[in-house]
Amino acid sequence: MMKKVLSILMASAMTLSLVACGSAAPAAKSDGGSASGGLIKVGIINNDPNESGYRTANDADLKAKFTEANGYDASFAYSLKNDEQIQAAQNFIQDDVDYLLLSAADTAGWDSVLKDAQNAGVKVILFDRTIDADSSLYEASIVSDMAKEGQTAVDWLAGQNLSEYNVIHIQGVMGSAAQQGRSGALDTKVAAEANWNIVKQQTAEWNAEKAQQIVQSVIDAGTPFNVIYAENDDMAKGAVAALDAAGISHGVGKDVVVMCFDCNKWALEELLAQNWNYDGQCNPFQASYIDDIIKTLESGGSLAQKTIIMDEKGFDATTITQDDVDNYGI
Amino acid sequence: MKNQNILKRIVGNQLFIPVIALLILALINLINDPSFFKITLVTNNAGNPMLSGSLITILDFGSELGILAIGMTLVTAASGGQDISVGATIAIAGSAMLRILCGGVARPETIQAPIIVAFLVACLVGMACGLFNGSLVAIFKIQPMIATLILFTAGRSIAAWINHNELPIVPDPKFSYFGGVIPGIPIPTTVFIMIACIIVIALVLKFTNLGLYTQAVGINEKSARLNGINPTAIKILSFVILGLCVAVAALIKVSRLSTINYSVIAKDIEMDAILAVALGGNALSGGKFNMWASILGAYVIQFLTTTLYKFDVQSDALAAYKAVVVIILVVFSAPTVREGTSKFFKKLTPARKEAA
Repeated sequence: MMKKVLSILMASAMTLSLVACGSAAPAAKSDGGSASGGLIKVGIINNDPNESGYRTANDADLKAKFTEANGYDASFAYSLKNDEQIQAAQNFIQDDVDYLLLSAADTAGWDSVLKDAQNAGVKVILFDRTIDADSSLYEASIVSDMAKEGQTAVDWLAGQNLSEYNVIHIQGVMGSAAQQGRSGALDTKVAAEANWNIVKQQTAEWNAEKAQQIVQSVIDAGTPFNVIYAENDDMAKGAVAALDAAGISHGVGKDVVVMCFDCNKWALEELLAQNWNYDGQCNPFQASYIDDIIKTLESGGSLAQKTIIMDEKGFDATTITQDDVDNYGI
Repeated sequence: MKNQNILKRIVGNQLFIPVIALLILALINLINDPSFFKITLVTNNAGNPMLSGSLITILDFGSELGILAIGMTLVTAASGGQDISVGATIAIAGSAMLRILCGGVARPETIQAPIIVAFLVACLVGMACGLFNGSLVAIFKIQPMIATLILFTAGRSIAAWINHNELPIVPDPKFSYFGGVIPGIPIPTTVFIMIACIIVIALVLKFTNLGLYTQAVGINEKSARLNGINPTAIKILSFVILGLCVAVAALIKVSRLSTINYSVIAKDIEMDAILAVALGGNALSGGKFNMWASILGAYVIQFLTTTLYKFDVQSDALAAYKAVVVIILVVFSAPTVREGTSKFFKKLTPARKEAA
């Protein structure tokens, strides 16, 4: 008997909390909606901020920009799943937002919901990620050019004029835009040059532990290498841990060149200490770009181009400064 | 006849499967490249001597899996199910440890509390997670996999929340000893941690009734209760012990890089831990268990992983190879197959007699 009562209690508590969760999001949205006055209402759909340092910085940047003080009434929805994001988009459209800002978890499946948005007069702006939908369905997209990031990094590496390039290439999750862009440039270069070799090409799925094991396996096998090309900072950290354990020197003027992407603050500090050699930026600060676009559209102007590619730098350990670490570290 | 008996006893021993698997893997590597077994003494970048080589890598990285296998074996035996939240609880325990060490600051100048305090807090957190899982399983009679699904889903977010989404970095080089080497001792510290865990669990199994009671509950809960054993307490205890193992594994994992990444730390490690238990020939439906076979199973899995890396298998395909191992194991331990093979052998024996 007790058990039955308990289980009913548990079940009702769970349902209640579910309902609460479900209604919490729209409630937050309608918050001040009617009294918005001059505020521009934006619905922001993003990936989970816990996903990575990049995403945390991205989310913080958006939150800092879209405030009431800046003339916005913003509500946020987070998910790493496409269907949940689409659901959130539908909620935002029903809630009559003026702008829908979207970083899609997956490229496919957005056509119908974006058509709904268009019919409802909601303007859509994509940030960080593009989608497979007709470009008439959105106003603008602000993205990183991953292929360019890779090209900048490979050009930098070529500029080091090593007599031979034996590269351990640690890839991100296969098929992701960042992986494809950053791998593409290196693959092309290796195919084109006789003195560029891939010692090992493996995906560590953005995971430092896997990267450590991959580099460890190369060290154990005794294959010589002099470049580590890791497609994010975490994986470079794992790779360097393996180098440290084996007593292989790395950094400026040392045996192994360490390259990575994303510009986490701690990674840039490694560059500043000359332990690592290169870090390519993947700019998470899209809020000001979006702000400019909304301001232009609100004042009746039109955009010069639909796809806006952000400025992205590559940092060299020999030239990086403390200011760079403070300004560009995420 | 005597020979047959010995053969039967060897084949019947639970250690048979992991030992054979280990020998097969060793043989494959010996044929492929004998240098696989080469161990060299190097000086690491911190200036300390350290052994290096594939075998050392296996011992090193297999340790946390072996530690988890200890707890997972008990959980499996007592509850007849598996805890799939160990990866996520490693993230929680590791995050709690870093919160204490760094005091909620991303990059502190010095550690804010002694390492032992942080570790003890992590132990408490791990055991609390175990208590939560165990209560759901034992008191509310929820299927272990479903009960642990809660922390499996929510755990990494909780871990991130503990540190306010920061990724703290421990500034003290002493903290990295646990996942690396202690200056002057070239053997990875993880090996010593593993040995300590083995000694502790061996003493517990020898001098307490934990093993007997766990098996009794796993085999038949009702008759265990009639014999004065409290199945609820035993089940919860097994989950709490796993929580403790998780905290130790978290110490190693976090110490390796002196930092944490909530979304990927110890990712998919629960599958490896469950596989270790299965490889050890333990019934995944609970009951009798052999702890040493599970621990050996954990090292077999790391041996397999290291071998696959050596053979340039794409790391996102590793799971597929492990799946093949699981399929083989499950098929061979299925009752129908066992009956079939014993019938097959019986048929063979008279045929041989006739031939003689």
